Amino acid sequence: MNAHAIIFYFLETLAAVSAIGILFTRNVFYGALLLITCLLAIAGLFIFLNAEFIAVTQILIYAGGVVVLIIFGVMLTAKISGKPLVVKNQNWLPAVAAGLFFFGLLLKLFSEATFASNSHTVTSQYTFINQIGILLMTDYMFAFEVAGILLLIALIGAAVVASTFQPSKKAS
Amino acid sequence: MMFPAEHLLYLSALLFSVGMMVMIVKQNTIMMLLGIELLLNAANLNLVAFNQLHPGLLTGQMFALFVIVVAVSEAAIGLAIVLRVYKYYQTSVPGEVNELKD
Repeated sequence: MNAHAIIFYFLETLAAVSAIGILFTRNVFYGALLLITCLLAIAGLFIFLNAEFIAVTQILIYAGGVVVLIIFGVMLTAKISGKPLVVKNQNWLPAVAAGLFFFGLLLKLFSEATFASNSHTVTSQYTFINQIGILLMTDYMFAFEVAGILLLIALIGAAVVASTFQPSKKAS
Repeated sequence: MMFPAEHLLYLSALLFSVGMMVMIVKQNTIMMLLGIELLLNAANLNLVAFNQLHPGLLTGQMFALFVIVVAVSEAAIGLAIVLRVYKYYQTSVPGEVNELKD
């Protein structure tokens, strides 16, 4: 049990506990903070899996972007009514039934399956970040451009949907 | 050093189940969006964990990258729709939004 393993299992436990905390909290703001904890722990796990670029992207986009967006959403929806956002929990029985059934199913599948792995570890002279940059501009060029267009569409669409701008009616 | 991929798969199974339960249990649209983010992260964790089994390839990591892009778009559009619905109906409980137009 060396330091790597201790940090690895600590991050796994942190991600699991904070995800379960989202399930039981009644406050949306606490839920967003627990989501940040969970996402940062998952980013730490990505570093252990030789996915440094995914880890940094996760921190930048999720912790820096999505969760801030969600907190903005919480504050904007709380401002109108003036009362704090307390979430009601309903449908516990079907939720727990579906969740435990799905969890058991996945555990059974994952524990029975044997995944083929290339046991020999390839040590490249390039870092993975270097390879990701090359791949993005060669093999995944089309997907990269489509992702850019998707982000542009999402930006414009979110701005239009959320804006309160009313087009001036023509004088009739 | 290599960690057993099974532990990551168990964690992603847990995250997926918890995300699904959050989406069913919570009576608030923003909390449901949090659940969707958990689901997407569980899928991402699986992709990166399976990528570790094939050290020469980066397909799983690239797929995870595009999943993150789609998740960001989904979060932005979803929150915009939540705000719009909140302004119109003055509620963020999905069960109370039960009419198309009055």
